[in-house]
Amino acid sequence: MIQFHSLSKRFGEKVVLNEFSLAIPEGETTVLMGSSGTGKSVALKHIVGLLEPDSGYVEVDGQVVSDLDYDALMELRRTIGYVFQFAALFDSLTVRDNLSLGLRRQGLPDRTVAERVAESLALVELPDVADRYPAELSGGMRKRVGIARAIALRPRYILYDEPTTGLDPVTTMAMDELMIRARRELGATSVVVTHDLGSAFTVADRIAFLSEGRIRQVGTVREIRATADALVREFIDARSGMGGPA
Amino acid sequence: MSWGRDVLTLSGRWVIEGRRALADGAVWRPQLLPQMRKLGVQSVPVALFVAVFTGIVLALLSSYMFTRAIPLYFVGTLVTKAVMLELGPVLTGMALAGRVGANVAAELGTMRVTEQVDALETLAISPHAYLVTPRVLAATLMFPVVTAMAMAVGVLSGWFTAVNLLDLTSVEFIRGARQFYNFKDIWFGLVKSASFGAAIATMGCSAGLNARGGAEGVGIATTRAVVLGCQAILVLDAFWALVLL
Repeated sequence: MIQFHSLSKRFGEKVVLNEFSLAIPEGETTVLMGSSGTGKSVALKHIVGLLEPDSGYVEVDGQVVSDLDYDALMELRRTIGYVFQFAALFDSLTVRDNLSLGLRRQGLPDRTVAERVAESLALVELPDVADRYPAELSGGMRKRVGIARAIALRPRYILYDEPTTGLDPVTTMAMDELMIRARRELGATSVVVTHDLGSAFTVADRIAFLSEGRIRQVGTVREIRATADALVREFIDARSGMGGPA
Repeated sequence: MSWGRDVLTLSGRWVIEGRRALADGAVWRPQLLPQMRKLGVQSVPVALFVAVFTGIVLALLSSYMFTRAIPLYFVGTLVTKAVMLELGPVLTGMALAGRVGANVAAELGTMRVTEQVDALETLAISPHAYLVTPRVLAATLMFPVVTAMAMAVGVLSGWFTAVNLLDLTSVEFIRGARQFYNFKDIWFGLVKSASFGAAIATMGCSAGLNARGGAEGVGIATTRAVVLGCQAILVLDAFWALVLL
């Protein structure tokens, strides 16, 4: 289980997270939603120890991430798959090598690595791109390979940072289906950062709405849809006006 | 004071990370040969280009200086000594500070701003083990090799110039070269060049991994890597002269 405890983080004068607290239930998909700059991605990076909190802490499986020594942090990271906003594929490696890198790091034998790569690419419906370089793929394909790289590790947790940003509606729907399938087939707890309302309502079991670095409202999709909170309502109405579902 | 403390903290962190990364051979070993080829072998043409013209200019300058009072065969002495002790390692280092330092900083800087470095970390792979260690080791091992070739070509081009453009024979040139020859001349230059390689690659990696923002940040990191690399060469050059001569 992932828990944020009064997490605060500032960059210079800008306070990005302000006493942010939230529990991510095991086996569910929790969507962190809110306007740009409300600290969604920053919260996600604290889970894997990419950022150090100014105060407060994140707990994963009962371990305080910022207190872990190097080896324990590496061990924790092996249980987490991270899908980056722009995929963050390694330019100089083929898709196959991008997926293999983390698997080899886990000490898996070559045969298992090859099987996992093939399975993961099949899961994201890109079975034929293994020998291509990231530069030879479209934006949507790169994001799917990013998901394949995360799920190849068979993680307990998958963190998605803006997985549908910049994608057309059809590709966005495909990405949503992919996230649902990944959760169903791997049973992983997922945290999705997005401000795409349609995507959030499709993949979420629970939605946590952030405003000014802290939680404004947490609830099921139904509860968020029917929210009486003026700010959350305004966000939903504005996004619905942009083509998302109400 | 704060700046000094920051530098000390950063250096301390790099030493700890570096030691840990060195122990993680499974990660850096597969990267070593490709980096030796990229940072070393592919730098040979630019190093030899510099060496050829250094030899030519040295021969012509020394013949200009050695008029009447000093025998002309001292051209061989000056060309050999200057190329091996100073100009070979330093000019090669400067040329490679541009090529290698900029290359490393731009590559790692781009990886930093496109979150590829973060991606490595989330895969439980240390960027120091995967990116820094093989580059620093490759540069440390390959700079002496490239410098040795540059030294040889510099002396040869000096000899060729002396024989063809000056009133000097090969025998006289070699006599001058052997007059004050000392084996230390060679290893002194090679030890220096190894330290230059380590410094240039470290500066490049540090600048790249600390790049922020987008293309502008990568540009700033690249410039910083080249400038710091050149400064490090001059400081190390003075250091080795004090310690070893």
